[in-house]
Amino acid sequence: MSNRNLRATIKPLGDSALIVQLGEGISPSIHELVSNLSTLLNDHPFEGFIESVPAYNNLTVYYNPIVVHRLQINRQTHYTPLTPFQKVSDFMGELVKQIGTNKFHNERVVTIPVLYGGKFGPDLEYVAKYHDLSIDEVIQIHSENDYLVYMIGFAPGFPFMGGLNEQIATPRKETPRLVIAPGSVGIAGKQTGVYSLETPGGWQIIGRTPLDLFLPTISPPTLLQAGDKIRFAPISPKEYDHYKGMKL
Amino acid sequence: MTVKVLHPGLLTTIQDLGRYGSQKYGVIVSGAMDSYSLRVANLLVGNDEGEGALEITLFGTTLYFEKDSLIAITGGDLLTTINGENAPMWRPILIRKGSILKFKSAIKGCRAYLAFAGGISTPKVMESKSTYLRAGIGGFQGRALQKEDTFECGKLNDLNHSLVQQLENLNGHFTWAVNYSALINLKSSQTIRVLKGTEFNRFDSKSQQTLFNEPYTITTQADRMGYRLEGNTLALSEPFELLSESVTYGTIQVPPNGQPIILMADRQTTGGYPKIGQIISADLPSLAQLQPTSTIQFKEVTHEEAIMELLKKEKIIDEIKMAIHYKRIY
Repeated sequence: MSNRNLRATIKPLGDSALIVQLGEGISPSIHELVSNLSTLLNDHPFEGFIESVPAYNNLTVYYNPIVVHRLQINRQTHYTPLTPFQKVSDFMGELVKQIGTNKFHNERVVTIPVLYGGKFGPDLEYVAKYHDLSIDEVIQIHSENDYLVYMIGFAPGFPFMGGLNEQIATPRKETPRLVIAPGSVGIAGKQTGVYSLETPGGWQIIGRTPLDLFLPTISPPTLLQAGDKIRFAPISPKEYDHYKGMKL
Repeated sequence: MTVKVLHPGLLTTIQDLGRYGSQKYGVIVSGAMDSYSLRVANLLVGNDEGEGALEITLFGTTLYFEKDSLIAITGGDLLTTINGENAPMWRPILIRKGSILKFKSAIKGCRAYLAFAGGISTPKVMESKSTYLRAGIGGFQGRALQKEDTFECGKLNDLNHSLVQQLENLNGHFTWAVNYSALINLKSSQTIRVLKGTEFNRFDSKSQQTLFNEPYTITTQADRMGYRLEGNTLALSEPFELLSESVTYGTIQVPPNGQPIILMADRQTTGGYPKIGQIISADLPSLAQLQPTSTIQFKEVTHEEAIMELLKKEKIIDEIKMAIHYKRIY
């Protein structure tokens, strides 16, 4: 893969962060660029770099503007001193050119056991009716595809996944629930995801996993990370109880 | 030393400068809403500026000191008393064993910071002592302080010790105090400086002007997560769907109802609403001191101005740091 023609749009997010946009929309190939850029940056950070956060088609870079301001730049081509944003922007622009010469992509496949329907999946019947399918068909369609984790956001460990079959894509609930239990597996449009903490939320809940997605005492603190491939495996109530008792 | 909570007040949490490095896992930054006041409080007692301290919101917090302690109170003026007498702010105070420290009510600003020499002995979670209420991690057992809680302070370093020794010979506190007026603004109506947001150009021209010409009021739905504002409605020139992406402290986002929300210390890591503006870092601590019903006038500035302001304030912090070292020597 060659990215000599790859163009990034770099826009400031205030005076202490910027967003490197690598394309539009949701696609695995753009996500791979985001993921590679993130790895490159972590391997070759600039002084003052704090952290980076991948999203669907861009990477946000957080930096300490005071530290960056004090950095001496060799190629000072401007008459006025460069702002920290300009310095980091130049650095990221150079880094973008190096994407693709190395393949960093780490392909991890994680299986998530799910107990579908019943009290753990109160919207499964609605999703089935909405698409004129049987409950078993919805379960089969949801668990036969691989999904890509594009980003973790909203709550610690909450994966935004793409790859949902159009046949079961369902709009969000009109009125969000006030409380959704951790482990709840949901659908929102063409996305699927898993609630990691007890929060309010509007996704259609079709099942629940006994696994903990947020693991604050270990590093990294989440079961899933951006770039992971996910497969959902239907389980019985007995298997759910078995997994639930297990500690990682 | 041991501190006991007699009354937790409205909301009292342990905060430091925030939990960085885990936003890619969806873990929010948290940290002190007014980072300048937190840093100065720590410096005044001889701590590292990023040590954990108490963030006390508006009123009610009452603490009992079981041992002699070196403390400093900064930030908003919450009419603080020690055994019923007014407590000085912005300077080190030696508080005696058996004393009661009370934050009565906010007469200026919104949040006070209380630092203890030696810091607060609470374990770091993901490199930070900040409380993340929703996930129940960090700070004091992952939650706000409650009645009957007790916590310990850490071991004193040389600077902590020398400040204590000097105060033993004085009346319990110095006669000098830090002048905070160039660092934070505690007025109830403020001009807050803003950079254009990533979607600024997606808003219609009337809304672009409105943002910088009309005042906005902070509603009562304002907390550590965000300030909901009320004022003239802001509208996109044409509707569009934004995919979720990173947001940060001070991001002004506009949901479909057109009333802006400023994201604060406990913001989510990502958001999907268009971002019309971004508060400059140097003004965030002052913004954090505004109470509900306060008014804001936004003013547009350039990146050059934003960094100049930040450097100016960093210089003040450096001067305070040097002055405290100087006071220790003489």
